[in-house]
Amino acid sequence: MKDGEKGTLRLKVGLADMLKGGVIMDVTTPEQAKIAEDAGACAVMALERVPADIRAAGGVARMADPTVVIKIKESVSIPVMAKARIGHFVEARILEALEVDYIDESEVLTPADDRYHIDKLKFTVPFVCGCRNLGEALRRLGEGAAMLRTKGEPGTGNVIEAVRHMRMVQDQIRMLCALPEAEVPNYAKEIGAPLELCHVVRDQGKLPVVNFAAGGIATPADAALMMQLGCDGVFVGSGIFKSGDPAKRARAIVQAVTNFRDYKLLAEISRDLGEAMVGIEISEIPENMRMQERGW
Amino acid sequence: MAKNIGLLALQGAFREHGNAMRALGCDVSELRQKKHLAGIDAMIIPGGESTAIGKLLVDLDMLDTVREMIREGLPVYGSCAGLILLCKTIIGSEQPRLGLLDAAVRRNAFGRQVDSFECNLPVPVLGDAPFPAVFIRAPLIESAGPEVDVLAEVEMGGQNKPVAVRQGNILATSFHPELTDDMRFHRYFLDMI
Repeated sequence: MKDGEKGTLRLKVGLADMLKGGVIMDVTTPEQAKIAEDAGACAVMALERVPADIRAAGGVARMADPTVVIKIKESVSIPVMAKARIGHFVEARILEALEVDYIDESEVLTPADDRYHIDKLKFTVPFVCGCRNLGEALRRLGEGAAMLRTKGEPGTGNVIEAVRHMRMVQDQIRMLCALPEAEVPNYAKEIGAPLELCHVVRDQGKLPVVNFAAGGIATPADAALMMQLGCDGVFVGSGIFKSGDPAKRARAIVQAVTNFRDYKLLAEISRDLGEAMVGIEISEIPENMRMQERGW
Repeated sequence: MAKNIGLLALQGAFREHGNAMRALGCDVSELRQKKHLAGIDAMIIPGGESTAIGKLLVDLDMLDTVREMIREGLPVYGSCAGLILLCKTIIGSEQPRLGLLDAAVRRNAFGRQVDSFECNLPVPVLGDAPFPAVFIRAPLIESAGPEVDVLAEVEMGGQNKPVAVRQGNILATSFHPELTDDMRFHRYFLDMI
């Protein structure tokens, strides 16, 4: 350990460790950020528009205006994250210069590069990335991500894709752990993952970093479902501020993530939350409009 | 008989503390509701977000009970957010707290995540070898009362400020021993029980 060293992997992964068992909420204004913090969010994601509105607006979705990020940073004491487009390392450098606490290289925004993700190892600020399967998860870690999340299908209020991605990652981890060592290289090739990281996962029996659920979580029950499926915490995007009573719903989801196996408590906190966000059936979204397909 | 260490498991990195205490031969239980608080020999309040943990302590009606248990002598160790929750004064904040450690703490005193750092910290009570200290958006104690023993300090703006303290049954650190392989702080805590 060098004295005073910053931006080490231990510090990047360590901040994600501190977020575990928590809820990270999408916010677009300082007022929303304050509501999220007061409800017990462990971090906020500063955005110009939540995914449901990005989906509705169409066009090219980019990094938020720095003013939005700065105002949200000033309004809360919890960590502030922000999104950069896939492959857009200059947006990421700008967010780093703004001193956000985590960058989400996110499929919610329009990708800026159709082949390469950001070389995240070069940054002091840590990155979180989305994944649908183990290969994608380990490619992102190989590029320097320090935290993962499922992609799900953002802005839909439909949890099925997050469930599918969480189960897929775990199925593949179990598969990898059951393989004889001699077959690991071929498996790494099949799923397109760096070989060394496949060995790390096989040795530990799990991902070497924190993995949150994201993309379609709208209710306390959704959050508890994802926790029981083995995620470390949840991102809630449109689910809170597109609902009838954001403060109450936010608070309920925070409690659901802590006590995700206590059904009596879940029943109690799920009562009278007002209207949930309107959901979208995944099959109604044309394949080329599905955000989860973005990323390579 | 093995000591039963209660991990306040509302939010944050409690599992890492559990691994450390288990490695030292303790039993570990997770505290997520008031009913889980019975039968523990000591408590660890982990790193995480102090506002989130404090809010949950209130919403789950645990704050007063936990405070009373510590006041009556339950050994407690708080790291980072845990330290903040233990302090009497949180500078510039009205957030819920246990408020038993006679100290004033500044949250995020070193800056944001890009300013998080690691260093080799001298901690005389743990021996000659410095402790690998991991500071993540860490708090800093600005001032402490006469009953607070300072176990380690860092220099900040030309002044030495406490980053590890003990007040009777309360142990608190600004940094995260649970993220390293060095078990000396956890062993020190075990000796307090």
